[in-house]
Amino acid sequence: MHKKRKILDEKEMERILKRLANEVIEKNKGCKDLYIVGIHTRGVPLAHRIAEYIEKFEDEKIHVGSLDITLYRDDLSSIEHQPVIQDSILNFDIEGKKILLVDDVLNTGRTARAALNAILDYGRPGSIQFLVIIDRGNRELPIQADFVGKYVPTSKDEIIQIQLKETDNADNVLIYEKNEES
Amino acid sequence: MKNTLNLTGRNLYDLDDYSVEEIETIFETAKVMKEINKRDYKKIPTLRGKTVVTLFFEDSTRTRISFELAAKRLSADVVSFTSAGSSVKKGEGIQDTVYTLNAMGVDLYIVRHSCPGVPKLVNKYSGKPVLNAGDGRHAHPTQALLDMFSIWEKKGSLKGLKIAIVGDILHSRVVRSNLIGMKKMGANVVVCGPRTLMPPKIDEVYGAQCVYDLDTAIKDADVVMALRMQLERQTEGLFPGLSEFTNRYGLSKKVIRSAKGDVLIMHPGPMNRGVEILPEVADSDHSIIIEQVTNGVAIRMALLFLILGGKPEREVA
Amino acid sequence: MILLKDGQVYLSDKKKFEKADVLIDKKIVKKIAPNIEESKAEIIDCTDKHIFPGFVDLHCHLRDPGYTYKEDIATGAVSAAKGGFTSICCMPNTNPVIDNVSTLNYLMRKARDVGKTKIFAIGAMSKGLEGKEIANIASLVKGGVVGLSDDGNCIQNAKLQLNVMRYGSIYDIPMICHSEDYSLSGDGQVNYGYESTKLGLPGIPTLAEEIMVSRDIMLADVTGTHVHIAHVSTKRTVELVKQAKKEGIRVTAEVTPHHLVLTEKACEDYNTNTKMKPPLRSEQDRQALIEGVLDRTIDVIATDHAPHSDYEKELEFIKAPFGVIGFESAFPVVYTELVKKGIISLELLIDKMTARPAEIIKRDVGLLTEGGSADITIIDLDESYIFDEDEILSKSKNSPFIGKEMSGRILYTICDGKFTWKKA
Ligand SMILES: [Zn+2]
Repeated sequence: MHKKRKILDEKEMERILKRLANEVIEKNKGCKDLYIVGIHTRGVPLAHRIAEYIEKFEDEKIHVGSLDITLYRDDLSSIEHQPVIQDSILNFDIEGKKILLVDDVLNTGRTARAALNAILDYGRPGSIQFLVIIDRGNRELPIQADFVGKYVPTSKDEIIQIQLKETDNADNVLIYEKNEES
Repeated sequence: MKNTLNLTGRNLYDLDDYSVEEIETIFETAKVMKEINKRDYKKIPTLRGKTVVTLFFEDSTRTRISFELAAKRLSADVVSFTSAGSSVKKGEGIQDTVYTLNAMGVDLYIVRHSCPGVPKLVNKYSGKPVLNAGDGRHAHPTQALLDMFSIWEKKGSLKGLKIAIVGDILHSRVVRSNLIGMKKMGANVVVCGPRTLMPPKIDEVYGAQCVYDLDTAIKDADVVMALRMQLERQTEGLFPGLSEFTNRYGLSKKVIRSAKGDVLIMHPGPMNRGVEILPEVADSDHSIIIEQVTNGVAIRMALLFLILGGKPEREVA
Repeated sequence: MILLKDGQVYLSDKKKFEKADVLIDKKIVKKIAPNIEESKAEIIDCTDKHIFPGFVDLHCHLRDPGYTYKEDIATGAVSAAKGGFTSICCMPNTNPVIDNVSTLNYLMRKARDVGKTKIFAIGAMSKGLEGKEIANIASLVKGGVVGLSDDGNCIQNAKLQLNVMRYGSIYDIPMICHSEDYSLSGDGQVNYGYESTKLGLPGIPTLAEEIMVSRDIMLADVTGTHVHIAHVSTKRTVELVKQAKKEGIRVTAEVTPHHLVLTEKACEDYNTNTKMKPPLRSEQDRQALIEGVLDRTIDVIATDHAPHSDYEKELEFIKAPFGVIGFESAFPVVYTELVKKGIISLELLIDKMTARPAEIIKRDVGLLTEGGSADITIIDLDESYIFDEDEILSKSKNSPFIGKEMSGRILYTICDGKFTWKKA
């Protein structure tokens, strides 16, 4: 077995999400015309949580959507199993709006690239911002997040695992070595 | 968790080698594709760099356009090869045609031919996945999938539905594929038409109920599908004429009265209005004939994506 | 001289096996007895091997003249020898058709030159096999044909068929009928039934055969001619022939190895090597054919060896020609599927591949007796092997049995006292 190490627990996660929500409000001077879009899978519950905090702080209703980027990936032929596409739900017109993309981990930047392409196929937003909980480095494309919960420089042999209450019954961020055999 | 689904690199000759789970995956994927088709910008980059050829030895503009649109919306390059004006007419066989296309780097073949079994032959010569776009009267699986998808979308499931298919059963590839697929998805299918236009042992082969009078077929049906009636069957001595056919088997208002209140009326197209289906039915609220065409593009996009995207499955932990 | 030692010898006069030696001197079987001593003879050890009379095939297509890219007389003769045949009867659907003496002479001369296998010709019933005018039957008979047939085609016009039989009846040779009603077979590709529905291919109903068999039996009755029904494929045909025989009508019948062991199910993969006329039928039909062989309604097992080149069979199912080759697989296939499984006896199989067909063509072949001609085939019944495409000696490889495992290896074939096949 490989050794797991906890980087964030539930409390720290909550603190980070609140901070990020505040940063988003500060940068956008409120939340007018702000639409939050989570990237499947774990970006979606995170988008909802960020939205909740912003709604609480600003007392305003925030629209949240979800985006499946499978069809936009450039590494489809290296995926080892049948990709499963989930519904993308964008029940609002994105034309001229401020879009905040939310994902759990920023690594190579390829997911973000695909997400940018996907969102642009829905229309021409005024601006797109990007929020992640963990930025682990290892970039392969010139992409940066506007809001980062925590920088965790890692090697490619390490795996970051984000667990969320909504999907995994607990909030945790774990790091461990890639097991050769797995 | 083991991912048992794998459509990557598969052939689609007919629905018999597709499981219920796989068919449902195709439907779920088609739903996503349908949403893309509703956008102003109807193109996604998924199959960029892949080359797809529509190899049509038999003309069918509708089906070909549907496939080509599907491939183009996924950003694949599409080459269209029809036998009219091509070297096939000059006596070049399928083997040479496929060898030539293969040498040019085709990733997937979409094949239409008047002879059953040709899609398999194209795979044998090319080693590439083949989508059957209709082989003689044998199979037309993408049509069956879009038909089933259209029902599935409206009814949520095909389980327990009574589906009546009416007309020239003998010459219909659409029926054969639908019988396999619908049966698999749990529907009760009744085929109905003149006895001379009914293939032998259809009940034994497909487990379908076979009746010769329309009233029995449509009674309490959830779905009624009419098939295209071709006039040349008359000169082949298979039935006396169109007017007698229309009187006995044409879908008229009677169908809507006798079937279930929410019956869906379908037709694989192209329709002979006033022959196998009367305008009063084809244009009624029950008709989903136009939507079938819309769904055709989505289903074909889903198939292209599932077959050409991703690589052969290994066990995924 | 050749001495075959210690084999299980089929004695044609007794129709049974005995352990014995066989001494061959020139073209003749000199002696069949235990423990023959002959110092001058080449000795072949036949311990645990079976010694049969050379097989006689009543129905094959040698494609020569006209279609020698499929087969010619030389390759056909060699392929037949490899299958244990020493006498074969070839159908007249060549180009030109064997409906005239000069084509017949060409065939006979070439057959003599090749020498390997005794080749008998079957002449056409109608000129050019067109079903319009009676062929020169009298001249053909004088030229030595052993039967008449429009095989591959079938005379649709009942009056012409009647006249052919009337005209030919005085010569006492079999009228070999490929019975097929074209209006019913149409563009059919496989048996009309389960598989035609499943495969979406036009079907050939059993009726297409049965209606014509009924006609031909009635014509045999009226004209008193010997009618031989080629390649029986259906249950009702077996019943019709059985009934006709009971009524004393001069009818005989043959069945092919493929109809005896395969059904329409073999077509499921659109393999064009399963496409032939008549088509492979249902299991019920197959069982009736076996029954017919057992109760002697069916007299003969004949190959209907019908070579077609690779590029003709590598086509869409509908475009591919009908027919499969049969010489090299005939005995092992029937032996494996019917004899070894205890369905028919070895003696019965040998009778239907030797004495019975010889009787029908009235030629002195197919018998293993002292003083008879030395036409012999030696087989190791126990040897199992895969029927390999690369080992086929026919010019064409269109066999439905490629890749199948079978028992019964033909080790030697001797025709007129000479080896025509030796398994290396
Ligand atoms: Zn024949």
